[in-house]
Amino acid sequence: MSIDTVTIARIARLARLPVDARSATQTAGELARVLDLAGQLAQAPLDGVAPMAHPHAQALAWRADAVTESDRSDALLALAPDARGGLYAVPKVLG
Amino acid sequence: MASSIAQLAQDLRARKASATELTQAALARARARDDLNAFITLDAGAALAAAQRADATITAGDVQPLAGIPFVHKDIFCTNGIRTTCASRMLENFVPPYDAAVVERLDAAHAVSIGKANMDEFAMGSSNENSHFGAVKNPWDATRVPGGSSGGSAAAVAAGIVPFATGTDTGGSIRQPAAFCGITGIKPTYGRVSRYGMIAYASSLDCGGVLARSAADCAQVLGAMAGHDARDATSVDRPREDYVAALSTTLQGLKIGIAREYFGAGVEPGVAAAVRAALAQCEKLGATLVDVSLPNAALAIPAYYVIAPAEASSNLARYDGVRYGHRCGDPKTLEDLYTRSRGEGFGVEVKRRILVGTYALSAGYYDAYYLRAQRARRVIANDFVEAFGHVDLIAGPTSPTVAFKLGEKTSDPLAMYAADVNTVAVNLAGLPAISIPAGFSEDLPVGLQLIAPAFHESRLLAAAHQFQLATDWHTRSPRA
Repeated sequence: MSIDTVTIARIARLARLPVDARSATQTAGELARVLDLAGQLAQAPLDGVAPMAHPHAQALAWRADAVTESDRSDALLALAPDARGGLYAVPKVLG
Repeated sequence: MASSIAQLAQDLRARKASATELTQAALARARARDDLNAFITLDAGAALAAAQRADATITAGDVQPLAGIPFVHKDIFCTNGIRTTCASRMLENFVPPYDAAVVERLDAAHAVSIGKANMDEFAMGSSNENSHFGAVKNPWDATRVPGGSSGGSAAAVAAGIVPFATGTDTGGSIRQPAAFCGITGIKPTYGRVSRYGMIAYASSLDCGGVLARSAADCAQVLGAMAGHDARDATSVDRPREDYVAALSTTLQGLKIGIAREYFGAGVEPGVAAAVRAALAQCEKLGATLVDVSLPNAALAIPAYYVIAPAEASSNLARYDGVRYGHRCGDPKTLEDLYTRSRGEGFGVEVKRRILVGTYALSAGYYDAYYLRAQRARRVIANDFVEAFGHVDLIAGPTSPTVAFKLGEKTSDPLAMYAADVNTVAVNLAGLPAISIPAGFSEDLPVGLQLIAPAFHESRLLAAAHQFQLATDWHTRSPRA
């Protein structure tokens, strides 16, 4: 299959990854090869087979509706590249 | 030959050595072999402090089998106060404020971590060449890869630096490097080891495990690592077997299925011959060999390379340059912050898999790729259920080849993916499997993979141990 550079730009935008015009063609080629590999599934007789999302057919674990985490906001904010006044700082979002 | 964990534990209790001495020696060996590039971080201060605590507890009568034994963690397990990079520029300076469950458990066992092992970035790779911190060299031949993604762990054990290492296995990342480096590596059943604090790649496939010299050593370590953990919703709440006690079970009467698909066209003749000779040895020891078929085996690589990237694209969305990890310089807008931080922080293969996964999950393609891969996953898992109706274990070569040359497959992602042909199905089905040294081809180690039904780690370890009692492949070491 082939993937056009418009599609690459759309996927890159969804993934929040930069793809410039120069690298888009190469990326499209690489992606097409990987998706050709996945395309082998199209020939397999899989219609009607129940999809399997997880190795064990187990029910989701439940726990009591109780507080289990202590306030560690200082330790967590300390990891941020830019935190001010107890908040994560990012470029201005609203005009 | 390097001492077994049991022998080291005996020496510690007999005061022939102290944990501090073993740790100092391991650190010295690690520094002497920095040519291998097996470590991202060595932390002598933390290691020696842990060794002193182990010495105190041994003096006080601690009989835990791993007390005072030095080892290395794959740099995917979060370590409180010690940098955890996942071999990515994205996390180059990330110092977690908490320990992974596996780290807690080995600390509680008083094992002594000397640092963090190199790996493929975010565990995406089969050669350890996708590390921001450079490739790891194979101790058997420095021009070759150690396998991946737990390549640093495998190289450190094979070079005799530490007796064991932790690893993770999403598509073969413990078993394949174990095979390439001539050591033993076990990937337990999905859910047997807690994923809490283990940096996520593909959450329905990721599995923590052990790399060590022998199955007996793996049994000791897995016993300390495994168990239920409520903080991981997929952790399995069922009693853990006594892996060490089970080692004495002989091969007598065991039915081993030889999967014909695992000896397909890409398998090197020397690899196939070594594995067949190892299986003949198992037969001599009392096992019965039976041919089995896994008819959908060819779907495993395509299914894996949709499902794993799809899950990765979702898991790695958290790296946005806001809360932790790499942030680009001088972001103009929030969009610019996200995009440039991720563009600079992730390596080529990680970006490729995020794009593939995003594509496979995007509107219009979801059914054709992701859902279809999940259907393939079902028939692949059912093949194992069918086969285990007739046999106790399934066997084949862990990898179709011996360790390949550094750079040999880096320009061709598909050739690299093909290296996982015999390992990924096990992850899709969530089964336990072990790779054990089975001989040599072209003077390089060959791994025999044994696969068991879910939660039968004891059967795997016992079979591997019985084979290792009768053979000496696992005792061979590369020349320093």
